[in-house]
Amino acid sequence: MKYLEEFQDPELARRLLDDIHATVTRPWALMEVCGGQTHTIIRHGIDQLLPEQVELIHGPGCPVCVTPLEMIDKALEIASRPGVIFCSFGDMLRVPGTGRDLFTVRGEGGDVRVVYSPLDALRIAQQHPDKEVVFFGIGFETTAPPNAMTVYQARKLGIRNFSLLVSHVRVPPAIEAVMRSPSCRVQAFLAAGHVCSVMGVGEYPELAERHRVPIVVTGFEPLDILEGVRRTVRQLERGEHTVENAYARAVRPEGNQAARAMLADVFEVTDRSWRGIGVIPESGWRLSDRYRDYDAEHRFSVTGIKTLEPAACRSGEVLQGLLKPHQCEAFGTTCTPRSPLGATMVSSEGACAAYYLYRRLDVAPARLEASPVG
Amino acid sequence: MCLAVPGRVLEIEERDGTRMATVDFGGVVKEVCLEYLPDLRVGEYAIVHVGFALQRLDEQEALRTLALFADLGMLQEEFGDPWEAAANANGYPWHGDADGELAREARQ
Ligand code: SF4
Repeated sequence: MKYLEEFQDPELARRLLDDIHATVTRPWALMEVCGGQTHTIIRHGIDQLLPEQVELIHGPGCPVCVTPLEMIDKALEIASRPGVIFCSFGDMLRVPGTGRDLFTVRGEGGDVRVVYSPLDALRIAQQHPDKEVVFFGIGFETTAPPNAMTVYQARKLGIRNFSLLVSHVRVPPAIEAVMRSPSCRVQAFLAAGHVCSVMGVGEYPELAERHRVPIVVTGFEPLDILEGVRRTVRQLERGEHTVENAYARAVRPEGNQAARAMLADVFEVTDRSWRGIGVIPESGWRLSDRYRDYDAEHRFSVTGIKTLEPAACRSGEVLQGLLKPHQCEAFGTTCTPRSPLGATMVSSEGACAAYYLYRRLDVAPARLEASPVG
Repeated sequence: MCLAVPGRVLEIEERDGTRMATVDFGGVVKEVCLEYLPDLRVGEYAIVHVGFALQRLDEQEALRTLALFADLGMLQEEFGDPWEAAANANGYPWHGDADGELAREARQ
């Protein structure tokens, strides 16, 4: 239990762990959906503090990792064009497309800029009316409302030289896809707290009922994760499958209604391809027809792109919880954060990067090897 | 980028018909849009994601989370210079000068 002192409140962590140890009688496999949660779990060795029977499977909840290669290649193509200022969050700079990344495009003379907020990109468009400013709109339900508001503002202010390259994804269809997979071993979900801050919990009861799977809305601090696991295990042991909110301080049941209304106005649900996983029905958003003028894919015809994934990268299996990162042959050899083959090694929320960063191979190889792979 | 960070509202103003606030994230001050949390007041805390306040948080909770993030180096990850991080990761020397200017301009 050498990690326990690192917890913010070691005493409370101890009590939660004791409770989990006392409750569990059988093996259970839980999936944490959010990449931020994966990061916390690996960093604090939470999976090693839990009873042997409780296995945490890392889910596909890293937006940087699941942005399809084709979309990255479109971004690279648009960013290379003269007269374009391409804006993105910093996390996307080193995500490998086919052969290069945004960082290299900038080295080749492309005007690539990093922004903190999509509104910064809109301001750049106002400052440079002679340029086309494109913002790379990636992310889950937490990031989509800010991007929706930015497009809404652009239209309201009559800013014509701004557009969005949209690659937004939605969590509930991803949970559905995980449950439907023939190799699925997941018996319960820790749902992503901040996604629920926006969307509320209304989408989950039906999912929980249909798949008879407990869903516990969970934050991403170490104690939040322990509490999420505690509630999930309690349900599993009792044979229950309800939706619980273990992150009530940041999640209201109805979510943020203003944000949801804006999403409904600016975006519409569409099928979306996930990197390494493939198309998941209704799992994404695109701009609704009224905002079509602001769609970068429409404005810059970027078709005929040939994508090529490195054959060695198994991030698709990692993202579906079928493989632990260190079980990939390239892990730590031909694939490292300095020279990544897959997006899961680049993003700080990616499972491969989390394993690499915290040297989990050195910590407990026996325990890691022992986890069965589906 | 995925995480949302708690911050305290210092000042509120209308800009281009939009409700905006200056928000303090444990020392780093940023412009934040309040359109999704219009009744947030000066002195209150909220969870902020990519420049938008998304949900109110009580003070004690917010301070605890901020302290944890600072400890874990996550504030640096969120607000540090991403070009510098990318250059370091690629093993390129980083001088900050012209490149830094560009990054700063973009982030202002
Ligand atoms: S270690 Fe690298 S090559 Fe292997 S799955 Fe992860 S990102 Fe892909």
